[in-house]
Amino acid sequence: MAGGEGPARDDRADGRLTRLRARDRGDRRSGEPEVPVPGQSPPTAMLDVRDLRIHFPTMDGLVKAVDGVSFTLDRGRTLGIVGESGSGKSVTSLGILGLYHSGNAQISGKIYLDGEDVVAAPQARVRELRGSKMAMIFQDPLSSLHPYYTIGNQIAEAYLIHNKVSKKAARAHAVELLERVGIPQAASRVDDYPHQFSGGMRQRAMIAMALSCDPELLIADEPTTALDVTVQAQILDLISDLQQEYDSAVIMITHDLGVVAELADDVLVMYAGRTAEYGSSEDIFAHPGHPYTWGLLGSMPRLDRTRLDRLLSIRGTPPSLINVPEGCPFHPRCDYAARTNGRSENEVPALRQVGPGHLVACHLSTDEQRRIWAERAKVAS
Amino acid sequence: MITFIVRRLIATVFLLVVVSAITFAIFFLIPRLAGVTTYQLATEYVGRNPTATAIRQVEKQLGLDAPLYLQYGRFLKGLVVGAHYNSGTATAYCPPPCFGYSFRSQTPVWPQMVSDIPVTLSLAIGAAVIWLIAGVSIGVLSALKRGTLFDRFSMGVALAGVSLPIFFTGLIALELFSYKWPIFPNVTFVPFTQNPFLWAKNLILPWIVLAFLYAALYARLTRAGMLETMSEDYIRTARAKGLPERMVIVKHGLRAALTPIVTIFGMDLGLLLGGAIITEVTFSLHGLGLFTVEAVQNQDLPEILGVTLLAAFFIVIANLFVDILYAYIDPRVRH
Repeated sequence: MAGGEGPARDDRADGRLTRLRARDRGDRRSGEPEVPVPGQSPPTAMLDVRDLRIHFPTMDGLVKAVDGVSFTLDRGRTLGIVGESGSGKSVTSLGILGLYHSGNAQISGKIYLDGEDVVAAPQARVRELRGSKMAMIFQDPLSSLHPYYTIGNQIAEAYLIHNKVSKKAARAHAVELLERVGIPQAASRVDDYPHQFSGGMRQRAMIAMALSCDPELLIADEPTTALDVTVQAQILDLISDLQQEYDSAVIMITHDLGVVAELADDVLVMYAGRTAEYGSSEDIFAHPGHPYTWGLLGSMPRLDRTRLDRLLSIRGTPPSLINVPEGCPFHPRCDYAARTNGRSENEVPALRQVGPGHLVACHLSTDEQRRIWAERAKVAS
Repeated sequence: MITFIVRRLIATVFLLVVVSAITFAIFFLIPRLAGVTTYQLATEYVGRNPTATAIRQVEKQLGLDAPLYLQYGRFLKGLVVGAHYNSGTATAYCPPPCFGYSFRSQTPVWPQMVSDIPVTLSLAIGAAVIWLIAGVSIGVLSALKRGTLFDRFSMGVALAGVSLPIFFTGLIALELFSYKWPIFPNVTFVPFTQNPFLWAKNLILPWIVLAFLYAALYARLTRAGMLETMSEDYIRTARAKGLPERMVIVKHGLRAALTPIVTIFGMDLGLLLGGAIITEVTFSLHGLGLFTVEAVQNQDLPEILGVTLLAAFFIVIANLFVDILYAYIDPRVRH
């Protein structure tokens, strides 16, 4: 069987998995190379995540934070992962870094980084990769920086661990990085503590820290959420500049579709730990296929539209990851579930190709998706 | 950092003056406000079963009829340059630092206390080293192995440690290790300068008994602190950098978890330096604690005043060190 098996998966999920796999095999036979499916083919992309599942057993039940997510990413490209809180986007990224709570988390699937499977690799190896080949920028730079150490110390620390250099060289490197991320008077500010930096500067310092070992993969987990609106754009520009300079692959985790539109080449829409829609940025914004994506796009404020109506919101709340609804996890909140003859309530929709490299997990037929989206777009404009 | 230390030093001097004023007020002002006559007040200072002439003499020597600010001035002056107690018929000299003059034993208080300080100092500091090392390391291990047998066992022992009084654990320790199995047969104080080995050997039992109580307290505190710190965002950042787990725990976790421990440590050590009364009495070690007990038994008020003032000074000084240490650990305090 392809993919790893979480030890505590219940029967229902198992059944779904079997169906998924049957489909995957079918997909491969029909020869669609664009589809990233859990299979045995060797990874070609720099980052190749296949059927990633991260489950946490808790007192209340098994939390399926990530439940079968696949995607690929190459150097110089940006993947935007979008979804509401609790959709599994952050856990996915922490899983790639091997930072899930190792004590009780059950992780399965494959994460190939340059052909090396991070899931199967020993802890020590993953630790070596962390900070050097893959690095992360966190949401809240104030709480993510240690209050007791200087900015320079914290940047140099990562560099010292992964490279055999002197403390002096590491410090010089830290100053260089701070200059690169646009901290004025970097040579003196390198000795400042996080509380002496402004919010934007702290996030710049976090970015410098993440870049200290020239990582191939940079994961930014809502890097602008805790920042002032005026600073947000600067930070995003900085990340995109640095990406070009360092030729890194970037995963941008966000709930802000505006950020995605600006930066991402590909977009992965997550819902309840699963992929709802995956495709190029163009696909997702021009002709999205999943009702959840429509909802997200509809709730995005736009300046090019007169304010006649209120912003649209998606009714209901995201499901608990312990009790994911039967069938399509989105169906209780979906306005179009009724059109699928009860399939949405009973059958988990498979990720289906609706265009080249564009996958949607919805029971609506491709034509129906196109039609509804066209109607919605007409109403909105 | 230097400006911080200077600021703290100035504040400490000010604090010492305040402490001396409060101590003075407790012993001289408040009784007077409560309607105690100078004759009655003098009676308290003479010692047990005084004669009327002795009381009159002490009343005069203490200058109790003078205005209070003059009395306080004399009190402060005595601390710095020494004091003469002149009753007209008899003069007693109390060299600096004059923490009072015991009319009962006809000697200044300070030299008597000085000989007892090394005992209490040895006892408190030795025990502090043990309880810090034991308490903090057990607390850290418990936090990292939360829910395991080790955690439950050590926290159970810690609960016992916090609940058992020293006069109980001390007597048990003496019974077992001094009498039944005479590993440490006689707990007597030998100055460190005289024989460091004997000094340590004779103090081991009281150290362990005293440290047991505090180690238990510190283990629980450290465990709670570590549990909280290890779930902080910056710990995740440290891991994301690829630091080895040991570095994450010690450099990033423990350092932050230690700050509240340091604060409490200053208080505890300061208090103990003023006399580890129960431990000293249990093991018959003649330190400041036993000195206090004897002073109370003899109703020797000058001695009680002296040891109160000294204990207060110890706490102030210990807190000065804690403040400096705190600033060293946490840069946010410095600025």
